[in-house]
Amino acid sequence: MPKVKLPRKSTNIDMTAMCDVAFLLLSFFMLATKFKPDEPVQVSTPSSVSDIPLPDTSIMLITIDQAGRTFFAIDNKNKRKELIENMNEYKNLGLTDDEMNSFAIGSSLGVPLRQLKSYLASTPDDQRAFDAAAPGIPLDTAITEANELAHWIRSARVVNGKLRICIKADSKTPYPEIQRIVKTLGGLDIFKFNLITALEGVPEGSALARIQLEEANAKSK
Amino acid sequence: MAEMDTSSGGGHKKGPGVKKSKKMSTRVDLTPMVDLGFLLITFFIFTTTMAKPKTMEINMPNTKQIEEKDQTKIKESTAMTILLSQDHRIYYYEGLATDPTQPPELKVTYFREKDGIRDAIISKIEKVKALQASGQLDAKDKAAFLIKPDTNSSYKDLVDILDEMTINDARVFAIIDITPVDQEFIALTEKASGVQ
Repeated sequence: MPKVKLPRKSTNIDMTAMCDVAFLLLSFFMLATKFKPDEPVQVSTPSSVSDIPLPDTSIMLITIDQAGRTFFAIDNKNKRKELIENMNEYKNLGLTDDEMNSFAIGSSLGVPLRQLKSYLASTPDDQRAFDAAAPGIPLDTAITEANELAHWIRSARVVNGKLRICIKADSKTPYPEIQRIVKTLGGLDIFKFNLITALEGVPEGSALARIQLEEANAKSK
Repeated sequence: MAEMDTSSGGGHKKGPGVKKSKKMSTRVDLTPMVDLGFLLITFFIFTTTMAKPKTMEINMPNTKQIEEKDQTKIKESTAMTILLSQDHRIYYYEGLATDPTQPPELKVTYFREKDGIRDAIISKIEKVKALQASGQLDAKDKAAFLIKPDTNSSYKDLVDILDEMTINDARVFAIIDITPVDQEFIALTEKASGVQ
């Protein structure tokens, strides 16, 4: 029998289509991306059915990790600069301009005031290393001199009166840690704040699902 | 004279010494380009935060400004107390347990789809509605939920129970500090049911 000769095909594939796809996806991700802010601690927030988006500006972020360490941050570089200047004056921290700039461009802070100067004087890499074992901002259930979080919150609200207070805590954070924050806020006459959560679906057949359906119907009419 | 050879291999013989210019392929190997593209894609995927975090607005009772006369007293029959405990366990009882001679009967449940806390909340709301229909309660009396997280509960429990309030459209609820009395109720119930 004569051998059937298979025509040898070229192994070269036209990469143009592949390239198109790759760059299409690339441009999508480039436009859709918003860089993760450099946070000193990783927290996984619990999920809720609430779908109010977090505002982009004027937020005060209080982060509490699993161990109950508290970190504090506000947005906007200029406001941060103002905040640290106020704190420096108010608490006599003796910070230099460089150290205050280091705070202005930094992220969440989890350092007691007495360690603040040495923390801000170190390099960003050292700061990151320190954050891993940072003790967190000292706080208490009442407004006392030792409740440093209260000082930070009060000063931040002087700098920016429109600050919205957001609490970002880990699912596994014990409740007493949250209670201390809430008590601190309550002591400063702040009774309205936001809890940062991830989104989850509304259960079918529930009262909320019914309300949302009615709202959607009313809108479409 | 140098002349461009525009003819494309039409067999037009040139003289000796005139080399026929090689026809170059216009095809470029795009493989490295694709590699680069995917490398950047992976970079952007890893750095991106796609899902914007959502927030839950919460109003705590203003303990400073409310005076005794402004306080709305919750009626015993509309109230349900929810105690958040260890390992995402929930204890709940109806009423406020103001009468020390009659300790409430604590029921245990969890956050789950079937027979969970949601069913308990819904049945409480229904019960209050039924009482309103029979004229034992005013129309403005709503089912009130008192949420008392114990010290060994977690943040997730708190968010979940607040979520249940939203899901079931329960408008009247408050987060209150747990009292030693309630902690004793939990301890007694746990002892009775043999929970470690």
